[in-house]
Amino acid sequence: MPNAATTPPSPAPPPGELFRPYDTREHFDEMLESDGRIRPHYGRFMERLDSLSAAEFKARQEAVDLSFLRQGVTFNVYGDAKGSERIFPFDLVPRIIPAREWEHLETGLIQRITALNLFLHDIYHDQHILNDGTIPAHYVLSARHFRREFVNFQVPRDIYIHICGTDIIRDRDGRYLVLEDNARCPSGVSYVLENRRALKRTFPRSFEACGVRPVEQYPNELLSVMQHIAPAGVTDPTVVLLTPGAYNSAYFEHTYLARQMGIEIVEGRDLFVRDQRVFMRTTKGLQPVHVIYRRIDDDFLDPTVFRRDSALGVPGLVQACRAGNVSLANSIGTGVADDKVIYRFVPQMIKYYLDQEPILPNVDTYLANEEDDRRYILENIEQLVVKSANEAGGYGMLIGPHATQAECDEFRRYVAAEPRNYIAQPVISLSRHPTFGEGGFAGRHVDLRPFILYGEKPVIIPGGLTRVALRPGSLVVNSSQGGGSKDTWVLYGDE
Amino acid sequence: MLSRVANGLYWMSRYVERAENTARLVDVNLQLMLNLRNLNDSTLADHWVPIVQSTGDEELFAQLYARPSGQNVAEFFVFQAANPNSIVSAIGSARENARTVRDQITVELWEALNRLYLFLHSPAARQLWDDNPHDFFNEVRDGSLLIQGMADATVVRNEGWLFMQIGRFLERADKTSRMLDVRHASLAAPGAGPGLSQADVLGWSAMLRSCSAWDAYKALHGAEVRPEFVAEFLLLSEDFPRSVRFCLQQVNTALRRISGVAEGRFSNDAEKLGGRLHAELQFSAAADIFKPDLHTYLDQLQARLNAIGEAVFQTYIFQAFQAGEENAWRQQEEQQQQIVRQAGRFPSMTGQA
Repeated sequence: MPNAATTPPSPAPPPGELFRPYDTREHFDEMLESDGRIRPHYGRFMERLDSLSAAEFKARQEAVDLSFLRQGVTFNVYGDAKGSERIFPFDLVPRIIPAREWEHLETGLIQRITALNLFLHDIYHDQHILNDGTIPAHYVLSARHFRREFVNFQVPRDIYIHICGTDIIRDRDGRYLVLEDNARCPSGVSYVLENRRALKRTFPRSFEACGVRPVEQYPNELLSVMQHIAPAGVTDPTVVLLTPGAYNSAYFEHTYLARQMGIEIVEGRDLFVRDQRVFMRTTKGLQPVHVIYRRIDDDFLDPTVFRRDSALGVPGLVQACRAGNVSLANSIGTGVADDKVIYRFVPQMIKYYLDQEPILPNVDTYLANEEDDRRYILENIEQLVVKSANEAGGYGMLIGPHATQAECDEFRRYVAAEPRNYIAQPVISLSRHPTFGEGGFAGRHVDLRPFILYGEKPVIIPGGLTRVALRPGSLVVNSSQGGGSKDTWVLYGDE
Repeated sequence: MLSRVANGLYWMSRYVERAENTARLVDVNLQLMLNLRNLNDSTLADHWVPIVQSTGDEELFAQLYARPSGQNVAEFFVFQAANPNSIVSAIGSARENARTVRDQITVELWEALNRLYLFLHSPAARQLWDDNPHDFFNEVRDGSLLIQGMADATVVRNEGWLFMQIGRFLERADKTSRMLDVRHASLAAPGAGPGLSQADVLGWSAMLRSCSAWDAYKALHGAEVRPEFVAEFLLLSEDFPRSVRFCLQQVNTALRRISGVAEGRFSNDAEKLGGRLHAELQFSAAADIFKPDLHTYLDQLQARLNAIGEAVFQTYIFQAFQAGEENAWRQQEEQQQQIVRQAGRFPSMTGQA
């Protein structure tokens, strides 16, 4: 926060001038039309914001930051010797989505998760889509997270992905595009809920005035999904959340969700398998467990099947799962849908399984494994975003226009050496959103991660995590890379 | 409740109590040293060696320091990271345990513990220590009491609370007996009565103060400090909240509330051993604790306290684990808690980190 001496000479704006429209330049701005007018669905909120002075706004922002720190709404940064906990920076001005746009997103996302679940069922059974060549079989079979062991394995109610966090961006024309699907253990939903709580305290009256749809039902919806997939014959299942432990970067979220759902949060060593049944160790003895919301990747789940050095998992868990005595969410082997090479084929899946046109398009994707694509990538790497097929969190990625020559050359070598493992996409200039910082409001790039639940039927809580790249010009929104977040408001109406 | 969570709460509480008692012990002995005449290596050693012995850490101490000077001993008990029972280590372990059961404790409790932890790792702690050790120890003691007060005022009285109680009072009983043991050497033959040197009187009254027992003792026995009265008071008093008997009463109450078994009966080893020891303390007189001598009595007492702790662990934490995999679980447990058994006179059930 600047002190008096470093504040620009201009006097603090009087009430009504907290927000001044700025030049959106070539970007699509969520709030501002290109001529600087405020879009209709932000109208009511901005009327209220305008009644605040800059000092009042700042005071509210500080109050929220402090409360996040005190409550421990934090994430851990890997590679930090002190294992320090940081708050995820939070910007008070919400990202607002009008009803008609949300409806478009919702139908598009449901279409997508439906196709992905059909795809996973197919590749783990008859593999029609591979046999008739719609997707080259070698891409699926070589995917790092394809679990050969699970071919012909029945998952409860044929649902593979129960919880999906799909990253959505908007391009220069405001078109919504899918950037990636997180079908393993997507995180971030606790921030959606905490951000909403914080904003309700900060702008209590705006919610009613603007007509904002609630998100608080998420933990209940999640619990119903877990109950829906309980093993056959279990009417009152015991559900637990399996965490890698207190040192995991998302541990706050794990405890938060477990508490909200009223279920136990367990570590691998709290669980125990006997006769292909899973039990947790309590002070009153062994207690059976029926459904596990696992926040541990496949690799660490069961040392007898996957990584043998894993101390986080439960020996025998996979066998219990095979026997149908315990259900996992998400199922084992969903990571193949996260593979960025497989992502390239999701539009084909939608056509193949649903006979529909994709409602939400993909970002154009070049596969380094295809000769023409590879040549194009190598020749144009400076203009492209290059990503490793299986990394997340903004790691293993090159943004050509922002990279040095040496970095580009390094990625050229990677691409040439391991073509299966790299894809490239054109640089999408993500949409921007007014974000408060030193010197008032400025446009910062944002994305959106809605959370899709797939139980009895697909459900999406109206909203999601809007992540914002706080550094000017930055396109990387990940929390581990200096991103912040915003509350996301989905309106009942269009303005 | 998950066994692991019960274990975490037990150790969190136990480590806080341990840090507080260490602060009390070292503080009083530093002050006592101010009264010593002829400060040379030999008198210093006479003064400090029993203190190091009383905690069962003398081997580790010998590895780390050449001689037992006041500075070395204090450093060993306060900041020494290699000593898992130093104040800094104990509060660190308490916080680690709290972190793994974060969703089970109140915000107020967490913040109080975090506050003491942050203080001990701040430059202000060293500064205060250099300026005035007594103020430093008060800060630690008050920090611990704030944590316990917050727990008292905010934690729901569920099973988790009961495990915290057991951890706290077992540790306190153990430490009270160890503080008493520091002074056993100055006892002549049982019941020798008068003939106590001036230094011994000071030593015994310092010991009472380190247990916050001076006022309570004075109210009962007047200002005359007699070792047998002191020992009787600290071991057998029914009402004094740091006496071993009082602590046992608390442990037994908690154990019975967990299992629901009535007084006078037992359903597991922890209840059996705890009930038996408490009954013995109830039906003992001063003469009994000097048979054959105080030191032997205290040694046996500590061993029995350890056995209760071990039985609690077996009953509630370990019981869920099948024989075949006990070792694996032990290993995991050791990785996290690093339970190291002391090679000292008696193994204390010290979770050490």
